[in-house]
Amino acid sequence: MSTRLTIQLSTLAAILIGWEVLARSGLFYAEVTPSLLAIGSALAGQLLSSAFWGHAAVTIAEILVGFAVAVVLGVSVGIVLGANRYAGRMFEPYINALATTPKIIFLPIVLLAAGIGPESKAVLGALSGFFPIVLNTMAGMLQVRPVHVRVAQSFNASAWQTTRMVYLPSLVGPIITGMRLGLGVAIIGVLLGEIKLSDRGLGFLARSFYDAFRVADLYAVLLFVFCAAAAANVLMSSVERRFQSWRQA
Amino acid sequence: MPPALSRDSDTVAATESTVRATRPAPAPRVLQVPPAVAGFACILALAGVLEYLVSVQAISPFVVPKPSDIVSAVVRLAAEEGLFSALLVTLGTAASSIALAIVTGVVAGYLLYRYPVWGSAYEPWLAALFSAPLILLYPLFLVVFGRGFGTVVAIGFMTGTIPVIIGTRAALRDVPETLRNVGRSFNATPRQAFWMIDFPAAVPMMFAGIRLCIIYALVNIIGLEFLVDFGGLGRLVSEMYDRFDIPGMYAAILFIILLSGSFLWVLGAIERRVRPE
Repeated sequence: MSTRLTIQLSTLAAILIGWEVLARSGLFYAEVTPSLLAIGSALAGQLLSSAFWGHAAVTIAEILVGFAVAVVLGVSVGIVLGANRYAGRMFEPYINALATTPKIIFLPIVLLAAGIGPESKAVLGALSGFFPIVLNTMAGMLQVRPVHVRVAQSFNASAWQTTRMVYLPSLVGPIITGMRLGLGVAIIGVLLGEIKLSDRGLGFLARSFYDAFRVADLYAVLLFVFCAAAAANVLMSSVERRFQSWRQA
Repeated sequence: MPPALSRDSDTVAATESTVRATRPAPAPRVLQVPPAVAGFACILALAGVLEYLVSVQAISPFVVPKPSDIVSAVVRLAAEEGLFSALLVTLGTAASSIALAIVTGVVAGYLLYRYPVWGSAYEPWLAALFSAPLILLYPLFLVVFGRGFGTVVAIGFMTGTIPVIIGTRAALRDVPETLRNVGRSFNATPRQAFWMIDFPAAVPMMFAGIRLCIIYALVNIIGLEFLVDFGGLGRLVSEMYDRFDIPGMYAAILFIILLSGSFLWVLGAIERRVRPE
């Protein structure tokens, strides 16, 4: 067995054993760190219940819709601001400032505008995911070879044609990187929105378990969310790597 | 043999005037407005449009208040609601967790680079943790660290240290082999090679990791303050919303934006000083 695998497995074992010891030692109030068995059975219970999957479907829908909107808007705005350097420099400080603010603070505004249903969470996800995508697209536009743009101009290409045939192909790499970062923050945005004020979704489910002090169920939901987010991230990373190796070829 | 170029003044003058006549006419002098000014002017114009739209009730003042109300709300918040103490709380929490995250992250990143087997073993886990919604663990942190300063710093530290670890390790691994060869050809000791070649070469990418650290730490800290109200600007936003004081809410949001922007601006200034040219 390779050393790398040994390290990974033994670290994982150490974490699991450490948790179990912590759970049984009573160091923390007994219910806060439930034993792995309790968490495992809670997870199994959740995965088998249709209510759980109902909430999961709502959350996944919110994330996908919000992310799709973020991609379309982010790429469009990124191309526009990247093509026109002056416009880009005009708005860049504001985009940077907004990029670093936690989008959850816009949740009240979104709630006022869109109500407490899933639409508001999707808007929050879109807001969160927009910024990494637009920043990466703008940076990617700087790398579009000017000679390609001039070729398009000499063929009298319209703006849309230039976008489709010059900008987008050059931008695929930065867009994918932006999408990877954007998906991560979109997921966080949607979940936090659900936790703060919602009536359905996985964040809402977690919050209700927390309020009812059903800690094992809470951990089960969190575990599911983490694994799903990690899987989504791995998926995006492999797409990114596949694209880069295609680029190299 | 080609005739020598004549240098007498008539020919020179004639040549010069010919050249000048065939040069393209200079572009008309357009007013050169720096982009920053134009951008700010755009924002002011937007604020003016909003002011008008809200005062004629085209947009509900409950969704977007008049910008003039927001400005007066800033003054009101500063006087009555402890805007500046909230600012200091958020600033202090952010600064301490970011400092901790940077120190721990750089050390851990270096160790993972120095012992490559461990680095490659933990690499997928770090990548997975990077975009995982770690803030969802806040109930556990609330119980372990209590409903206060400790929890927020812990969350900020945890979410901020991961990008620094990833960035530092990637930065050190990406040092060009050419630079290292130079060190070897000068018989540099490992310590000399590290501090004079590897570290300076790694600094730019390390700063990229630190920038992500600041962003993630601030996002999570303020987000947590918003979710669980104990102090700070996030709590202020939440409270203003609960009281339906919409201009106050926007004022607090504006301060959060200013705070985040200034953190990054400071980082940019430091980076410009430190970055080896």
